[in-house]
Amino acid sequence: MDRSILDGYDPRGFFCEMLTSPASAGVRERLARLSIAALKERAAAANAELYNLGITFTVYSDAKTIDRILPFDVLPRVLSAAEWRQLESGIVQRITAINLLLDDIYHDQRVLADGVVPRDLILGNPNYRPEMCGLDVPHKAYVNICGTDIVRDEKGAFFVLEDNARTPSGVSYVVENRHMMLRAFPDLLDDIGLRGIDNYGARLVAALQEMAPPGIGDPQIVLLSPGTYNSAYFEHVFLAREMGVPLVEGPDLVVEDERVSMRTTGGLARVDVIYRRINDDFLDPEAFNRDSMLGVRGLMRAYRAGNVALANAIGTGVADDKAVYAYMPRLIRYYLGEDAILQNVPTNICREPEALRYTLDHLAELVVKPVGEAGGYGITVGPTATRAELADCRKKLLADPANYISQPCVNLSVAPTLVDGGIEPRHVDLRPFAVTGSSTWVLPGGLTRVALRRGSFVVNSSQGGGSKDTWVLG
Amino acid sequence: MVDVLLARYADCIFWLARYVERAENLARILDVNETFSRDSRGAQNWRSIVQLNSDEERFFAGGREVTGHSVLNFYVLDADNPTSIVSTLRFARENARTLRPLISTEMWVQLNVFYNHLSTIGSDELTPARLSGLFATIKEACQTHTGITEGTFFRDQGWYFYQLGRYVERADQTTRLLDIKYHLLLPDIADVGSPTDVSQWNALLRSAAGYHAYRRLHAASTTPARVAGFLLFNQAFPRSVHHCVRETGRLLGEVKSRYSLRGGNDAAEELDRLRAVLGTLTIREILSEGLHEFLDLIQQQLIAVSRDLSISFFGYRPEAAQAQSAAAE
Repeated sequence: MDRSILDGYDPRGFFCEMLTSPASAGVRERLARLSIAALKERAAAANAELYNLGITFTVYSDAKTIDRILPFDVLPRVLSAAEWRQLESGIVQRITAINLLLDDIYHDQRVLADGVVPRDLILGNPNYRPEMCGLDVPHKAYVNICGTDIVRDEKGAFFVLEDNARTPSGVSYVVENRHMMLRAFPDLLDDIGLRGIDNYGARLVAALQEMAPPGIGDPQIVLLSPGTYNSAYFEHVFLAREMGVPLVEGPDLVVEDERVSMRTTGGLARVDVIYRRINDDFLDPEAFNRDSMLGVRGLMRAYRAGNVALANAIGTGVADDKAVYAYMPRLIRYYLGEDAILQNVPTNICREPEALRYTLDHLAELVVKPVGEAGGYGITVGPTATRAELADCRKKLLADPANYISQPCVNLSVAPTLVDGGIEPRHVDLRPFAVTGSSTWVLPGGLTRVALRRGSFVVNSSQGGGSKDTWVLG
Repeated sequence: MVDVLLARYADCIFWLARYVERAENLARILDVNETFSRDSRGAQNWRSIVQLNSDEERFFAGGREVTGHSVLNFYVLDADNPTSIVSTLRFARENARTLRPLISTEMWVQLNVFYNHLSTIGSDELTPARLSGLFATIKEACQTHTGITEGTFFRDQGWYFYQLGRYVERADQTTRLLDIKYHLLLPDIADVGSPTDVSQWNALLRSAAGYHAYRRLHAASTTPARVAGFLLFNQAFPRSVHHCVRETGRLLGEVKSRYSLRGGNDAAEELDRLRAVLGTLTIREILSEGLHEFLDLIQQQLIAVSRDLSISFFGYRPEAAQAQSAAAE
């Protein structure tokens, strides 16, 4: 019997993406032929290549810019065809409901009249944009690009953790990680039935063309980036290249007579569709943040006049708010008459008295999150919080319950990961990317983020997270 | 929609080419000066390099003295000196980073890897024994860039602006290379024609990669007039000022007609004038009027060309173009 590099590996009671999935048998067989030393050698070469290719995000310290790669773990995360079917249909269902919700709240507001969601939760939300009221978006596709954060508990059940419906990033790593695997591990990939992901750019272009103002035959699409100093600049470059469209910055665009043009060597040239990677706030100093240097003056007027399409639409942030998230299962039932295919993490909406009482009674077991914040700010993790932190959290909850939700801690699944000592379990999540024009398409797999620190649940790149290639097999 | 080029990209690609060409030529100038200074002249030679680039103020502000090592460090590795090779390549890399949607991945990777390598070199590595190797590495990296670009860059408008930048810069740099010799000769006109002098003119030809071509034309003798004439006028020599000016004019005409661009007429006229001057004046006339003055005039005209391109195609306002060309000087 051959020894395998996974022999000493122990997932310590967590759900393991590699050992549990029947789809991964072929991968495990192929891995068994490799040694740890060979794996490490190829991993080091792969990470050096990412650096040379400049597949980096930028960190600023002491006025110096440092290019960092998102550390890449060479052991893939595997999903079976059946698992993927569930994820794919669940994501499509969710995005369909989100787009119907956005169309509703910016038009008839039936959902508010019917009392499905509290009125002030939507209308009082800082990401609700009254400027969008009455504006018709083609195909009612407000969210054209969505990255849905999904986790798995100790039983292997999928849960949606967050809907990123504004300007989600990470898809460039999905594709570049795959390219890296194709180069570094051709022997792993031979005849394994891996679903391709190379057509993301083409799919995105097709969807954005469907968003163009009516009557335009060959729409000019551009990608609007805050510029080279943005930490996600590589991704903007990647997307512009994959789509074959110009990567523009605010000053490259100009609005005249409610029409958008870009400055070219031959003068002004018309722009029809803008995939913008700038938040609503900074998009148009005339309509939103007046101090924005990144945006385009008059863009909102051109948008309202129907002369240009924006992807994603303005004001989608209200739909991925953490409190609105809690209503998603009810919203799916309301708009689609279906049960949610993908469950929410059970969420206590603290604006509801019973949920508040439950949260206060179980504070030490729960994760408490402010609804408006992103990026992990203001979160209290009960099991690891000090007594003082819990007391502080209690005070804030009582002072402004509507600003909070609480959730049980999810014991995130693990995947075998190459670390200094060999192969060990590390916690992972998953962010599949969906593209919506006249219909929704989900890129097979997605970004698997991995918490590289032992025992950590934090997968964010700023806090020691890395990534893995995600394989949908069969 | 392939025919559209953002004004900002045209600017970046023009300057990407200029910076790489500039780095290559600076390596050539420093390399040849290394050869000169080892003959007899010592500090005097290195001072001329500092004068050549009008960098005296910045150089001496650091309390530096003119030695081979201090000048080389200032021009090769000093990241605070915007005219150093490492800074020039940093600007090239920054432009390439902006241009990543436009240029080939191979162009970007090579510049990225080379700049990262260069920025790790310490000043203790600027020893006489290692210098020529270092300059060879820099020249080779710049030429590798040129080769990768030739072999991978898509031939649309961007390619034209890339080549325009390269030829404008190369013409300018050849005038500077010649000017160095002028600076060196000035204090000691009696040396003209001596064996030392001849070996220096040969070194100058070598630094411009023109030695063998020159030999094929003038096998018997190396005279200052012939070498200067060769570097200025020879139509077949790819670094001659005349060749570069002619190519610049041709490229500008082509890009304008192929893409129906309206601007750039002032630059085209300026290039026509420059070509006429280079086609009619003889090297004897130029030397009698003053080589330095002539080279200075060419440099001014090239700056005017660059300024008009900035205004016509890169979206600069006239004041901004003025400031930029002042900084480029």
